[in-house]
Amino acid sequence: MSSLAVRKAAPAAGTTPGTAQGPPLHRRIALVPTVTLLLGALYCLLPVAWVVIASTKSGHELFSTFTFLPGSGFTDNVKELSTYRDGVYWKWMGNSALYAGLGALLSTAVSAVSGYALAIYRFRGRETLFNLLLAGVLMPPVILAVPQYLLMAKADLTGSQLSVLLPQILAPYGVYLARIYAAAAVPSDVVEAGRMDGASEWRIFTRIALPMMVPGLVTVFLFQFVAVWNNFLLPYIMLSDDEKFPLTVGLYTLLEQGSNTPALYTLVITGAFLAVLPLIALFLVVQRFWSLDLLSGAVKS
Amino acid sequence: MTTPAHRRSYGVKGAPYAFLLPATILFCLFFALPIGYALWLSFRKVHVSGLGLGSGARQEVWAGFQNYTAALTDDELLGGALHVLGYGCIVVPVMLGLALLFALMLDADKVRLAPFTRLAIFLPYAIPGVVAALLWGFLYLPDVSPFYFVLAKLGLPQPDLLDGGPLYLALSNIAVWGGTGFNMIVIYTALQAIPAEVYEAAELDGATPLQIALRIKIPMVAPSLVLTFFFSIIATLQVYNEPTTLKPLTNSLPTTWSPLMKVYQDAFGKGDIYAAAAEATLIAFVTLVLSFGFLRAANRRNKQEAAR
Repeated sequence: MSSLAVRKAAPAAGTTPGTAQGPPLHRRIALVPTVTLLLGALYCLLPVAWVVIASTKSGHELFSTFTFLPGSGFTDNVKELSTYRDGVYWKWMGNSALYAGLGALLSTAVSAVSGYALAIYRFRGRETLFNLLLAGVLMPPVILAVPQYLLMAKADLTGSQLSVLLPQILAPYGVYLARIYAAAAVPSDVVEAGRMDGASEWRIFTRIALPMMVPGLVTVFLFQFVAVWNNFLLPYIMLSDDEKFPLTVGLYTLLEQGSNTPALYTLVITGAFLAVLPLIALFLVVQRFWSLDLLSGAVKS
Repeated sequence: MTTPAHRRSYGVKGAPYAFLLPATILFCLFFALPIGYALWLSFRKVHVSGLGLGSGARQEVWAGFQNYTAALTDDELLGGALHVLGYGCIVVPVMLGLALLFALMLDADKVRLAPFTRLAIFLPYAIPGVVAALLWGFLYLPDVSPFYFVLAKLGLPQPDLLDGGPLYLALSNIAVWGGTGFNMIVIYTALQAIPAEVYEAAELDGATPLQIALRIKIPMVAPSLVLTFFFSIIATLQVYNEPTTLKPLTNSLPTTWSPLMKVYQDAFGKGDIYAAAAEATLIAFVTLVLSFGFLRAANRRNKQEAAR
């Protein structure tokens, strides 16, 4: 990402001094907006650029060389991180992928079927149910997490991977998005035609409606994947065995230990850098067939 | 001949309920039940008889509003609420102001590099709050930060960013950095939905881009501003990850800096789940009152403007 950022930013930096050339350029480029956006991009990329560079430094270089000067220790840092406590870091990465991947998949399935039902059918209690599901957005996670922990403890599930996975399947925002997409993408006469042909309601949903909803469901999946991947509080409360930690909790415990021993700083920094990569890669890949605008519920007419 | 048709209409009637069954079960198990349980616990306490030894010595009894009065008079919780108030007064206006500014700039004519800058500004959304706090935390540390390097070279004073007043700025900056992109996308999407004809008349009248932005664009995206404001308030009241992550790097962040940290500390540090349940219920109540109060106020204004 950083190399991409640098490559793309370079010509932009070249155009800015061009202001001196006067009006012609001014007419071709809206300078104020472009410069403002570039400053915003710089602000947003700065910490990422820093962690990329800092992860290449050895422990000694981190404190002695200028921060934006690349170091020579990247492979050593990764090796050291991989051997830290028998490679527990890669287990965290795997756990994050499991929680986020499986969680988002299940979440998308539940959102799809619920959103479809709320959009297509008219039935008693529809709005009440929808509003109830949406109210879940308002509940601060810790309000839920504390009693969720106590209830999980009663069911003997605390400390298990299920205790992190299960509470995150129902995503109010996912249901909301899926309802908007289903209403926009699935015409009611198509559903009616399916009924005329004698197809069951379930068959109409899986064979006809679901394929139409796919672009919207990709958004729900991404949204929930990011939400689970970034979640800290729930796994932090539920889990005690560090073999089951996701990256967020793992990195936090590493930082907690490392705050007193600067020797561990390089591990934390390298770990943070590697933790950022998968999501950035995911967004860059889906960019090709998916637009950021979809995230706010925008639908193509 | 009538039977299949009859069965079919029955199937249509029952289908939405069947389709909504998984969501309903999950909602009951992981939202309704925990909320109900937290409410129940908030009115309970442990009564210790004798020396507290033996199996029957610790009993859960009815506490009435005792936990609530204790929470409302708790200095730490009150202090936490003040911290979050100060923090929110910085985060919400700055984040939404920047999000609106960037969205308007993306929407401007002849703007260059828009796809790149849009992705770059959105990027922090994909970075976990814990990692974001960790990255900025290192950038705030004099030993490794480029800012301090520059300040030292210039011979300028080097403030401690992780203490006192600057601590608010340091924490707010992390939230602004992480949240601006998402809000920008929401506002930008709304801007794109404005039909072009709306501007044409204004342009014919010789309105400047600034005037168009202030008089036409901003009023037209007001609903999305309301939505982003609403989500920002909720997120602010729930601040937990960032101060928790910064805590190992400084001595001036207490474990009860924000109300949610206090809830966590009471529940798992002190093991007083009853006090924690009452505090959690209070925070949820404040969240609901603030967010619905705001939505109602916003709706009333919309109606007034529509009536004019």
